[in-house]
Order: sequence, then C-alpha cells, then structure tokens
Amino acid sequence: MSEALSAALALLVGLDSRLVEIVLLSLRVSLSAVAIAALLGLPLGAAIAVSRFPGRQAVIVVLNALMGLPPVVVGLLVYLLLSRAGPLGALGILFTPSAMVFAQSILILPIVAALSRQAIEDAWREYEEQLRSLGAGRMSAALTLLWDTRFSLLTTILAGFGRAAAEVGAVMIVGGNIDGVTRVMTTTIALETSKGDLPLALGLGMILIAIVIAVNAAAHLTRELAQRRYG
Amino acid sequence: MDLIRRLLLLVAWIAASPASAQDKFIVVASTTSTEQSGLFGHILPVFQKKTGIQVRVVALGTGQALDLARRGDADVVFVHARSAEEKFLAEGHGVKRFPVMYNDFVLIGPQSDPAQIRGGKDILEALRKIKTAGAPFVSRGDRSGTHMAELALWKIANIDIEKEKGPWYRDTGQGMGPALNAAAAMDGYILADRGTWISFKNRGNLAIAVEGDKQLFNQYGIMLVNPLKHPNVKKDLGQAFVDWVISPDGQKAIADYKIGGEQLFFPNAK
Repeated sequence: MSEALSAALALLVGLDSRLVEIVLLSLRVSLSAVAIAALLGLPLGAAIAVSRFPGRQAVIVVLNALMGLPPVVVGLLVYLLLSRAGPLGALGILFTPSAMVFAQSILILPIVAALSRQAIEDAWREYEEQLRSLGAGRMSAALTLLWDTRFSLLTTILAGFGRAAAEVGAVMIVGGNIDGVTRVMTTTIALETSKGDLPLALGLGMILIAIVIAVNAAAHLTRELAQRRYG
Repeated sequence: MDLIRRLLLLVAWIAASPASAQDKFIVVASTTSTEQSGLFGHILPVFQKKTGIQVRVVALGTGQALDLARRGDADVVFVHARSAEEKFLAEGHGVKRFPVMYNDFVLIGPQSDPAQIRGGKDILEALRKIKTAGAPFVSRGDRSGTHMAELALWKIANIDIEKEKGPWYRDTGQGMGPALNAAAAMDGYILADRGTWISFKNRGNLAIAVEGDKQLFNQYGIMLVNPLKHPNVKKDLGQAFVDWVISPDGQKAIADYKIGGEQLFFPNAK
C-alpha cells in the first residue's frame, strides 16, 4: 500500500507526459460519452415520465434493469457492430477513441434515462395539475420539468460519468488498449496488473479516484453557485 | 430496423468527430507476450521513424488475434502458434507466413517444489511428475499460443489432459500476466514464455523449474492479412511492416531488445 502511494506520488510529481496523455484521453472519452448519453437520455427519461402508453411499466422495468448492463457485454456488442465484418464496419472506427465513446454512451444511456425518468416523474406528480391548469401540453411540461429538476439531474449525469470512468470491459474490447491511441486509465491499470507491477497499478488507481473526485467536486461547486444565483 | 441503423450511425458520427487524425497507420493483432514484454515499445518507434507508419498493436492471445484478423479487423498478425497460423493461411485469410524470431517456454514453479522437478531438463518427465504429485498447475485456458503449446506438451507426454485433469489442474482462462499472478498466489506450476517471465514483477515464491528442453522452442511468425479476402486491409503499409520486421534492420532491432542485459527474443527470419 505504501509502495502504491509512493508510485502514485512519483507519477504525479514527475508529471509523466504519457500519464497526462492517458488521463486526458480518459476524460475526453468518458465526458464525450456522458454528453451523448445526456443528450439522448434526458429527453428520453422525460418523455417516459410524462407519457402514458400501453406497456409503459414494462419499458420502465427494462430501462431500470439495463442500468446493470455488464460493460463487457456492451463492448462485445459494439465490437460486433463496428467490426469490418459487422453492419457498421465501413465506418472504420474500431480501435479508436470514437469506438470507446460509442460503447460508453450505450453503457450509460440507461443510467441517465432511468434515473432522470424517476426524478422527473416525481416532479410531474407534484406539479401535474399546476402545469395542466397553465395549459401546458405533455411536450412543454416535459421541457419545463427537465429545467426545474436540473439540479437533481446533475447527480444523474455524475452517476453516468462515474460508471463510464470506472469501466474497463467495454473500452478494452472496442479500443484494444493501443499504446498512445486508445490506452486509458482503467486499461492501463489492467495492463500493469497483468505485468505483475501491482504497486504501479494501485498507484494509477489512486490517481483515477482522485480525478473522479475532482470532477465531482467541480460539478458540486457549479451546482452550489448556480443554485445560489438562480435559486 | 432502418431507423435504429440510422440512429446508430448518428451516434457513431458524433462519437467519430473527436477522433485523432493519423492516417498512416496499421493495426497489428499480436500476442500479450510481445506487447507486455516491452518488445513492441522498443522496435515500433524505430519502424515509425524510418517509414512514418504508426503501428497500433492490439495484444490478445494467439487464438483471439487470429479470430480478429479473420473478421478483417487487423492488417497484420504477429503470433506464435504454428499450427493455428497454418490453419489461418489454409482458410485463405493470410497471404504468406514468415518466421520472425524465437524464444522459449519455461516451466515456472514454487520454490517448495512439491513435484520434485527443479533443475530438470525434460519437460515431459516434469509434467508427468506434476500430475502424479497432484501439484497445483495453472493453465492459461484461453487458446493463446502458450496454451496451445501446453496442450501439445501434455499430448506428447501421453497424458490426455481433458480426461485426466483433477482439481490440481486450474484452468484460469486468462492472459499470461494474470495467470502468473494466479500461480504466484497459489504456489502453482505454470508454463510461461520466457519474455513475459523476465519482465514479470510479481513473482512471489516462483522461479524457473525446467528450461532448455528442445520441446520448449517458441517460434513467432508474421503474416499480412489477405487483402483479396478483406478489401479494407492496408496492403502496402502492412507489407512494409512485414518486410521491415524480417529485414536485417528489423531483425537487429529485435536482437537489441534486452532487459537487465538479457536478450528476450532471437531473430531467425530467413
């Protein structure tokens, strides 16, 4: 453990340029994935929250269950899609950061959609009459609620980010852990563990956790400031 | 279905935009032993400096690496299981196989040596003793080159491992490093390639038990994936890499790679 700590410190103090590259790629991939998942997942969650259709309960159950999608399964599916022999093979993006963003987006889309569905449905229950009396249709009600619940939706998005930053199964398969191209924090940790360099692997793990904490702290701070300003 | 396809394309397009622009590159499907021993880190910069071609290595077990190329997802394969490579060629997926280099497998075991085989030279005798003693043996179990070599050795030793394995035979289904980690944790015997063993750090009580048997010879080969079968293969760039690896320059780069003064791979291209 102390060996790991000193390995982590040595990496940080040395500000190894390769480590910086790996950290930046991790952030770029996971933040892109979160952005895409939010873009698709929030409207989807809101739409399910305010609409009523046959089979809705089943959709909700499935959506909630998909939060537990194993990353390795998502990785395999995306690999088969993007493989040259697969339906999207012509894109030629297998073993690139794009493929990793693609896989992580799919992995965290259900998390964003399911959690935002819950948050917005709770708000909908509370304000339905009020919104209806103002003459709001379901569409505009959904948009209003998305805006009103934006602070709790931030937590939803952070949950998605946490999942994306932590997973190794999907990015390993579709990225290939190629040195200098698709190697991110988690795949580096897996690689160093394979090489038997456990202190270095653990040291990298500590840095990863520190980065995730920093991202969450930044989000928290933004939220506090925004809440103070706009109530 | 068409709508789903379009949506997927849209997502892929959004995801594709931040991709790094590097057009002169090839994908090489290779093995964990070449990647994790640091060989590629040593020779690829030399090749890139000379040709400007970036080599992107995806390191898998030999079986998986060949499967990857079978789907057209690699331009070149660089692996170590001759019979599997020849099958790949016979199926028409490869152009031609060139021998590149060799090293050897070593049988690793705990210092306590429950099967009493340390210092021996006969790998077949050692395997028989492990089985008789029922000493823990860790198998890769992942269709890698090393796994295929291990299975072949049991066969030559006249042991039908599928039928005769007991609880002492532990099939981990993992890469060389994780399997060595497992062997270190359970004080087991394990067949490893020397390159990975030399660069492996978490040895615990493990040490080389048997080495130097002719049967432990480990040959690596390289093949361009067949562009007639897989039209997206970067034929010229891939061929340039194959040509360089078997050229005097490439062979010298391989021979120059050492850890602690010890050479890991011995070039033998013809």
